[in-house]
Amino acid sequence: MTAEENKNDQWELWEVFLQGKTGEAHIHAGSLRAADKEMALQNARDVYSRREKFENIWVVKSKDIIASTQKDNDSFFGTVEDKIYRHPQFYKLPDGMKNEFKK
Amino acid sequence: MPENNIVLEKEFEKRLIQQEKIEPRDWMPEKYRNQLIRLISQHAHSEIIGMLPEGNWITRAPSLRRKIALLAKVQDEAGHGLYLYCAAETLGTTREEMFDQLHEGKAKYSSIFNYPTLTWADIGMIGWLVDGAAIINQTTMARCSYGPYSRSLLRICKEENFHKIQGMEIVGVLCSGTKEQREMAQESFNRWWWPTLMMFGPHDSNSPNSGELLKWKIKMKSNDELRQRFIDITVEQAKVFGLEIPDPNLNYNQKTGKWDTGEINWEEFYNVINGNGLCNKERLGARKNAHFGNSWVRDAATTYENKKNNLKAA
Ligand SMILES: [Fe+2]
Ligand SMILES: [Fe+2]
Repeated sequence: MTAEENKNDQWELWEVFLQGKTGEAHIHAGSLRAADKEMALQNARDVYSRREKFENIWVVKSKDIIASTQKDNDSFFGTVEDKIYRHPQFYKLPDGMKNEFKK
Repeated sequence: MPENNIVLEKEFEKRLIQQEKIEPRDWMPEKYRNQLIRLISQHAHSEIIGMLPEGNWITRAPSLRRKIALLAKVQDEAGHGLYLYCAAETLGTTREEMFDQLHEGKAKYSSIFNYPTLTWADIGMIGWLVDGAAIINQTTMARCSYGPYSRSLLRICKEENFHKIQGMEIVGVLCSGTKEQREMAQESFNRWWWPTLMMFGPHDSNSPNSGELLKWKIKMKSNDELRQRFIDITVEQAKVFGLEIPDPNLNYNQKTGKWDTGEINWEEFYNVINGNGLCNKERLGARKNAHFGNSWVRDAATTYENKKNNLKAA
């Protein structure tokens, strides 16, 4: 068989997100190819959870992910690092109350 | 090079110096991209072809304990191949392209997998030596500059340890067994020692691309450095097993505190790399059989998906 006849090998690319325990955030694990969503979920289980049990798996078509671009980072994220008043350490409290900051 | 690219390349190199990782959508020099595609696809092919020598012993594993370990290990290697093909695809190549190159004999994979697995002891040696060597390579490369490759390698490294340890258990049992078992282990060790040293590639003085690869952090340590690390670890372990290193020139160097070895047979290395090893044809044949023989499964899955989509549209 020639490569020509095998064109439909290029299945959709999916990104896999795993949630370890209930209440935790899903974390990106990697990607895989699959023909449909059921196969994507099964492949995600087989490829990314061979050692541990997970609470939940998400699969998302890679092409549906919208991402920011690194080269625009400065303008995109802007001056967030200057906004220190968004952190508690910016504020001053009387000496006896310092451990408020440790919470 | 256009003016713009010079600026971009300067910025790119600055990012590398600052230990930043490069991600798929970031700007990167064409040569960096191509070197990575070559490197990651070769690595992926090695994982997939690497299943074959071990697969050879799954049905003949001496106990259920050994069989489940070997099955799990071979499954892991398939998974490693998948992580890596996906990482390579983020650079703009397709899996189909990579498979075509492999099947047409144009792509390389690790020369070690072109050696036959003649006895059960070979399965122990592969885990101990081949996976051991791969771990040294992969843990170093996990710090490389390309995000998707680095992440795949971290995941791979977590799984590799069991590969090595189960192999060492096999070797340990044989080495403390009957006279026949000990001889089997030594005979196998004699065959695998040198090809494993070759896995690290030519001497630094003979690897012309190294400078650029090191600068771009898609190579983290030189071939000879990694090989030396492997030798120093393995010589000590061989002593514990009671195995003799098949090298009359092996010598502990008091000055460097490292083990010096005799010269590697580079003619054999290039011979195997160029397709003339003992099993090159067999491996590629088995790979093609698996791929093309199973194409009906992939076709059926695609047809099923298309049919569902058409029903939805109707
Ligand atoms: Fe592996
Ligand atoms: Fe392995």
